[in-house]
Amino acid sequence: MRSYFSFVKSRFFSNKLGVIGFVVIFFLVFVAVFADFIANDKPILCIVNGKLYFPVFYDKVNYSSASFKIMPIVPYSPYKMDFSSKLLPPFSKHLLGTDDLGRDVLARIIHGTRVSITVGIVAMGTAFVIGVILGLLAGYYGGIVDIIISKLIEVVMTFPTLFLILTILAFLPPNIYNIMFVIGLTGWTGVARLVRAETFKVMSSDFVKISKVMGAPDIYIMFRHVLINAINPAVVSLVFGVAGAILVESSLSFLGLGVQPPMPSWGNILLTGSQYIDYAWWLALFPGVAIFITVTSLNLLGEALRDAMDPRVVIESA
Amino acid sequence: MLWYVIKRTILIIPTFIGITLVIFLVVHLAPGDPIRGMIGEMSSKLSPEAYELFKKTYGLDKPILERYIVWLGNFLTFNFGNSFQYGKGVGELILDRLPVTITINIFANLIVLIFGVTIGVLAGIYRGKLFDKVSSVVLFGLYSLFEPWVALMLILVFSINLGIFPIGGFTSINFDQMNFFEKVADVMNHIALPVIVLSYAGIAFVAKIVRTSVIEVSNQEYVKFARALGVDEKTIRRHYILRNSLIPVITIFSTVLPSLIAGSVIIEKIFSLPGIGQLFYSAVFSRDYPVVMGLSAISALLTLISLLIADLLYAVVDPRIRYE
Repeated sequence: MRSYFSFVKSRFFSNKLGVIGFVVIFFLVFVAVFADFIANDKPILCIVNGKLYFPVFYDKVNYSSASFKIMPIVPYSPYKMDFSSKLLPPFSKHLLGTDDLGRDVLARIIHGTRVSITVGIVAMGTAFVIGVILGLLAGYYGGIVDIIISKLIEVVMTFPTLFLILTILAFLPPNIYNIMFVIGLTGWTGVARLVRAETFKVMSSDFVKISKVMGAPDIYIMFRHVLINAINPAVVSLVFGVAGAILVESSLSFLGLGVQPPMPSWGNILLTGSQYIDYAWWLALFPGVAIFITVTSLNLLGEALRDAMDPRVVIESA
Repeated sequence: MLWYVIKRTILIIPTFIGITLVIFLVVHLAPGDPIRGMIGEMSSKLSPEAYELFKKTYGLDKPILERYIVWLGNFLTFNFGNSFQYGKGVGELILDRLPVTITINIFANLIVLIFGVTIGVLAGIYRGKLFDKVSSVVLFGLYSLFEPWVALMLILVFSINLGIFPIGGFTSINFDQMNFFEKVADVMNHIALPVIVLSYAGIAFVAKIVRTSVIEVSNQEYVKFARALGVDEKTIRRHYILRNSLIPVITIFSTVLPSLIAGSVIIEKIFSLPGIGQLFYSAVFSRDYPVVMGLSAISALLTLISLLIADLLYAVVDPRIRYE
């Protein structure tokens, strides 16, 4: 008898597009974590006066006299301005060109990955926790608890979300923490609805009834029996939610309400691009491509996960 | 049925109060001073007495719950208050801006409906065939594109390089001297790109749902039975599959309509269209409470009403659904 997890795993890995999505997301997370090592104007490693320094960007060391140094693949900092090389086109000294302040676009996009991935994961993680807890409570206790939580879901769902986010962000200082907080606070309804519906289904099954009769505490039944059987659709919606959160963050940064310069984010690079659209097309083109790749990969991953988790779907290994 | 309509309509009230109360609290408890925002640079010269007078004039001196109740009462009598920023009535401001937003949204919705349904039905009927495969890939790609980016790329190609469409705005400078047909052509020319940007993701969304629905209906017993009886394929498609598979389109429009209005904030900013989205955007920045509140409340009310209409339409279209 194979476990459900190995069943899902083998089905997932027979879906080529899903695996591609997974690999790309893995790569993007890697880029986000190691952005400082990939794009930086300081060497990764250097030897000055016979002493080894690693990683250099944490130490204040004069590496110009280094006898040996390894530079990052993209030897530019996302913050370093250089007015002698403003708005240079791509494929010159700078692979993706420079912006209006002479900063390397590729370095800014690489460091922007960090913002997008962080916002996507933290915001949707928050939403996921809120959604799972509320959905579980509503489905488990039913009755008045369910009515109150369902009403709350309805209210938050009918909010004109972008209006609400804009309103909150206009009054809070626009920084990455507030963005994650706001997206998380408005994005949990989908997860809550799915968990609630699944919990209702599980609640009528015999193993839950028996656990109750045997006197297991509510919290134990909730997490050990109910949640584990009700979480699948929520996990799939979490993956799509991360893609949605990345798009919202980019929109907000594009409107100037998101991540503030000089911190790079795909949305605020695009905003600069929109101001120079008539003669610096590369500033607008490349961040959009980065967003497209990320969102497509997440959507592919989500679809593959959904198909793999649903035993009714026949997977064609094409 | 009538009882259901009444019950659902009454249930809108607590939801509406919940939504507006939350927005009201967010707007009024947040830091930032609307009076100083209104007066701008001169605010440091404002005497404490004048400040208090301003507060009193705009009703900002009362406790917050009282202010909410006053606001709600006024809203129900279509009195949305006066804008701090423009000094005009909020209702009047919204009516001024409404035609632009409505025009682009009507065209965008029509395009979504026509293309989304057509592509979805064809892909569902010819599933697994070339058309289905190609359209699936294209639509999947469209769905992942970032709207502001698409808008900028369209401007770059069609406005800057080819010069086919204007770069922004709703009408040309010499609009007033044009005759009727020139006016229509001028507006169409201006809204072509914004409408494309507003509709492409919707097309992908609708097509996907219609395709799934067509496939689901095609597998129903009654379709198989009709085929076994020898009903010809054309009749099966038109009367058995098509009609039933279009039911989900109703739900889509109940959610797409409100989101299109909120979605025009970004589009209107990029194409500098003087619509509701731009009004909201500028109101949020200048802490123009009455405008922010009025637009949020109207938008929430529209959402609730369209959800209700969608539910009722379901019953009209699908006789299997009965409301007790």
